[in-house]
Order: sequence, then structure tokens, then C-alpha cells
Amino acid sequence: MTEANTNRGVLFDVKQCIGCGSCTVACKLWNDLGYEKPDVAGNAHGFDVELTDKNWTIVTYNREKDANGKDVLRFLKNQCMHCKEPACISVCFAHALYIDENGAVVCDPAKCAGCRYCMIACPYSVPKYEWDKVFPSIQKCQMCDSKIAAGEATSCSAVCPTGALTFGDRDELLALAKKKIAADPSYVNHVYGETEGGGTRWLYISDVPFEKLGLPINVPNTPINDYLHGYLKYTPVVFLGGGALFAALSIYTKRRAKVAGHGEGDE
Amino acid sequence: MKDTTAQAKNKISFKITPARGILLVLGLLSICLIVYRLINGLGVTTNLNDQWPWGLWIFIDLAAIALAGCGFSIAVITHVFHIKKFKPLTRRALLLSFLLYIVALLILFIEIGRWDNFYTPIYSFAFTSPLYEVFMCIVLYFLMQAIELLDISIERFNPPARSKISKIMPVVVIIACLLPFGHQASLGAMYLGMPQKLSAIWSSAFLPWSFLINSFFAGLAVVVLEYHFFSKHYRQPKDNAMMTGLTRVIAVIMLGYFVLKIIDLAARGAFGLVFDGSLEGNMFLLEMVIGVIIPIIFGLSSLVKKTSGQIFMATFVVIGLLLSRFNVIFVGMIKTLGNSYVPSWIEIAVIPGLFALAIFIYLFAVENLPIFQAANREYDAFAGREKHAGYEVVSK
Ligand code: SF4
Ligand code: SF4
Ligand code: SF4
Repeated sequence: MTEANTNRGVLFDVKQCIGCGSCTVACKLWNDLGYEKPDVAGNAHGFDVELTDKNWTIVTYNREKDANGKDVLRFLKNQCMHCKEPACISVCFAHALYIDENGAVVCDPAKCAGCRYCMIACPYSVPKYEWDKVFPSIQKCQMCDSKIAAGEATSCSAVCPTGALTFGDRDELLALAKKKIAADPSYVNHVYGETEGGGTRWLYISDVPFEKLGLPINVPNTPINDYLHGYLKYTPVVFLGGGALFAALSIYTKRRAKVAGHGEGDE
Repeated sequence: MKDTTAQAKNKISFKITPARGILLVLGLLSICLIVYRLINGLGVTTNLNDQWPWGLWIFIDLAAIALAGCGFSIAVITHVFHIKKFKPLTRRALLLSFLLYIVALLILFIEIGRWDNFYTPIYSFAFTSPLYEVFMCIVLYFLMQAIELLDISIERFNPPARSKISKIMPVVVIIACLLPFGHQASLGAMYLGMPQKLSAIWSSAFLPWSFLINSFFAGLAVVVLEYHFFSKHYRQPKDNAMMTGLTRVIAVIMLGYFVLKIIDLAARGAFGLVFDGSLEGNMFLLEMVIGVIIPIIFGLSSLVKKTSGQIFMATFVVIGLLLSRFNVIFVGMIKTLGNSYVPSWIEIAVIPGLFALAIFIYLFAVENLPIFQAANREYDAFAGREKHAGYEVVSK
């Protein structure tokens, strides 16, 4: 673990996960998150789990068929993907979200104005809101940034008993993922997160198709920022060019009207 | 201003009639609900949730801001192109637009989850966010409109002092013409950030320009409605030819908009989606037929020579605009976000009162500021007629 590495991530191997949910408990304990009421479909672990302000990570159950057509249970751990070029940061109009010095995407509640644009723009719908609070904050996985700053693994990957979660340098994890895929033909030949949304720091490999596990496979490889920039780059042109044009037109059309004999003062 | 009765003296006059009382009560009710919302938070007062973080209030905001396009569309026509015919509408459109922005800003204030942090974006310089551009442009534009209205108030209450402010007015006017081009388009650009969530019918690089153009012509339609309703209310002389002209302008711009929409769909190969019988496709067709095709046919025919035709057309344009925003915010997102959101009663109940308040302020403003008078002066200058004798304050 080199210090000041902003390129850290976690590799999740679907094939190795046994669905014990240790990671979700570790996350709650480390981040002091508390539990949803039982009647809310927001238990950290179970069949109806959803990401919420208190569930920064969840493990979902999926009955699937593996490469040999055998019925299998497959589990998927969800949390913030810690995108390399995060949509949430691009859209935040308060600069409350940022990539901190450890490479984690985090939110500064002191700046957040609560527009919730990040919630709707995140391709994985990760940021959640403290709806029950009068002054709520955005809540999501912070990649245990204080832990990784100290050179430790994230809580969730540290407790994983099967090695389904591997914490490390993203480039090394990517190489590891590709090595695993090459060595075992039952894996789907794609590292989810390598290119999605411009690349994510959390990576997935699996032996059942990713869409079957509920991962969105229509996330464009282009970072969301590029879509926005395609429009926003015209802003200076609109304001400077438009300003000059309008001023010129205004003076011109006014003079023309005066010459035509309908002269009058400006409004 | 010697030709007016109510404004002969430097006195403010405003009669509270029963109808106005109702407006005021509705407004106060909204303010109570706003206070309740600010004290209790979003979760208690709204049905917004993690799946649907944006709901009815965002819709009203986007719709109100788009309809407030009347301010910049009329200003561009009369201040930039100096098309004299429409000068009488300048101040009315300005006032109307200003009031719609007040509504929009108030709703925005209760819509954001952290109203105590409403100012943090101002110095965030978040240039990658279209919402930042929206926010900054709206705040600045609101200021510019306030200065323009201040200028009008000075003309009314202290005419000699007007020379002090008149030097900066041309600059203010140009900036005010320009800013909305930024935020109207950026409101559409906000939806560029969710290409994989918004239905491909709307998800397009053209969306910002689509928002810009339809706010421009829908703003003009709002002016048509305002003109007819309040001219009648205040027994003002109406200039039918001017309104016919305006509806023609709307129709021509809409024709261009329609063609661009078709080109956009064709270029992205999204035509199939429109006619596949899905909810999204059908709603888009509705938006186009009611909000665009019918008004264009009306606007280019002789039907808009009559007041009823003008009102009919303008109403359809406004409905079309509401549909266009509704489709992007709700219909286009249903497939990805699910159907877990129905607005709460508070979300709904807060809205009518805000518009009632806007109407109340409108009535007060036109009865105490030279909004119509200036209009009549412009009208007379153009038509070369005798001066009209101000307006009568009607009480209903
Ligand atoms: S997954 Fe969503 S919340 Fe996490 S960094 Fe990416 S865009 Fe942001
Ligand atoms: S809710 Fe807060 S963190 Fe999210 S985009 Fe808005 S201001 Fe930024
Ligand atoms: S990295 Fe930390 S915050 Fe994120 S899911 Fe794992 S334990 Fe939770």
C-alpha cells in the first residue's frame, strides 16, 4: 500500500461471494450507521434490501444459472463505485462532492445545498438522502477514507471471509481481474467498471451476466462530464458572442428606426 | 403622468375587494405551509424518496421559469430588434416574468433539502454543473429585472431622479436579454447528465436548445393570455392587430422548433420509439400534437385574427410547454425510476397560493406603477393616435 495513492479500489468477485453479509455489518459498525426499521425495505441484509442513507452497502440475492446451466445463488455487493470521473461531482452545483486525497468520492455536508441532483445523475443511483431529518445530508459509501488514509483496507474488504473483496491499487486489481478471467473460462469476459462511465475504482467480475445481478449495463463509457461539457462549452460563446451581437443589433436597429423617422428614447 | 387619475398624486392606492381577499388568504396559506416545510424537513412534508428525489416542485419550477421566458422573449424583440409594434408589451412582460421568477425562487427555496445552505453554490464556481449555470443566471437575471422595475418605480414616484439610473439601463437591459439564454438552455442541459436514465425520445444533445426555444415562444403565448385577460379586466383598449402579429411570430418560431425536433429524432434514429405505442411515445405525440402542431396550424390560419382564436392558440402553447417539461421530468424517467412517487397534499397545496400571491402583486403593481400607461404611450406613438386617458381602476 503506497501512501498518497488516489487510485485505490476494490475488486469484487461474484463467484467467490457466499452472501454472508459480513461486509454490510462491518460497514455499519465502522461508519456507525444504525439500522432501518424492519418494515422498511431497507434491511442491510435480506431479500428486499435497498441502498438507503443508513445502508451504504447491501448484498442482493439472485437465483441464476451458471455457465453450465446449473441453478446457483449469486450475490452482489452494491455501494458507491467511486468513479474515476464521477457524474455526482460533475453535476453538484455546490462543489460539495469531491475526490479526497485518498481517492474516495466524499460529500461535504457543510456545502451541500440539498438539490439532490447527484442522486438522480449518478448512473448507479448511489447517493441517498436522510429524508427523516430537517437538515439532511447526502449519504453514501466513503470508501472508508480515514481507514485507507492510514494504509488499511476498507472495513468491508477487511472482514470478507472468502476473499471475494480485494482492496488495492486499481491498476493491480484490474490486472488481477483479467488474470482470473483468463485462468477460468466460466467468468464473463468483462471487468465491470473498467470502462463504465469512464471507469470506476470498484471493479466486478462474475460468472453470470452482470445485468442478471442488477448492475446497469447501459452506462455509457463516456463520462457524464463529457455530455455536460458538450453543452457547457458553448456558455462563454453564448454570453460573450451573444452580448456583442445583441449590443450591436440593439444599436443598429434603434438607429435604423430613428433614420426611418420613428425616433424615440430608449425604454 | 397628468393624464392619469389614480396616479395624479404620489400616493399608493389599492382597493381590497373580496376576490383580492381570497387571493391574499390563499397566499398566506401557502406561506404557512412553506414555514411548516422549512421547520419539518422534506421527508415529513413531501412524498419524495430515494427513487424519486425530484418531483412536483421541480416540475413547477421548470414550468414557471420556462413561462417566465416572456420577459426575455419580449425584451429581445423590443430592445434588441426594436420592433416597435410590440413595445407596448415590454413592461407587462417584464412584470409578469419577474413574478413568475418569485414563484420559482420560493419553490426552489423549499425544494432544496438544505435551505440554510442556499447560498453555498454562489461561491462554489462549479463550472461543470449545468445547475450552477441555472442558479447563477437566475439570481443575476432576477436582480436585473429588479433594477428594471426600480427604474419604472422611480419614473412613477420621483421622475427627475431617473436620470441617475438611466445611464446604466441599456447595459442592464442587454444583460437581462442575455442571461435567460444561459439558464433556459441549462435547465435542459441538466438532463444531459442522465443519458442512460431518461428515455431516448428526449435524451439528446438538442434538449438544452429545445428548452430554450420553447421557453421563448411559450413566454410569448403567456403574454397573449395576460394581455387579453388583464386588458379586459382593466377595460384597456386592445390592439388586435398587434396580438395577431404576435401569434404569427409564435407560429413561425414554433414551425422552426417542430422541424428541429423532427431532425433531432431522425438524426438519432429515435423515430421508432415515438410510434411504438409505449407510454413515452404516446406522451411525446400528445406533446407535439397539442402543444406544437395544433398551435402552428392555428397561428398560420386566419383564426388568430380573432381574440378567441388567439386565446385558444396561446392556451395550447402553454399546455404544450407544461407537457414538454412533465414528459422529461416524469414520463421519460418512469422506466428507470419506477412509479413510487405521488405528490403529497402539502406539495400540491402550496402551489395555488403562490400563484395567487403573484396575481395579487401584479394587480398592485399595475395600479401603482406605469406599466400600462407606458404601454399606451408606446401604442399611441406607434399608431399615431390621441393619448388614452389612463386606465380606470376596476373593482370587482
Ligand atoms: S457511483 Fe455514483 S455516487 Fe459513486 S462516485 Fe460514481 S457517480 Fe458518484
Ligand atoms: S444534493 Fe448536495 S451533494 Fe448532491 S448535487 Fe446537490 S448540493 Fe451537491
Ligand atoms: S468501503 Fe467502507 S463505507 Fe464503503 S461499503 Fe465498504 S465499509 Fe462501507
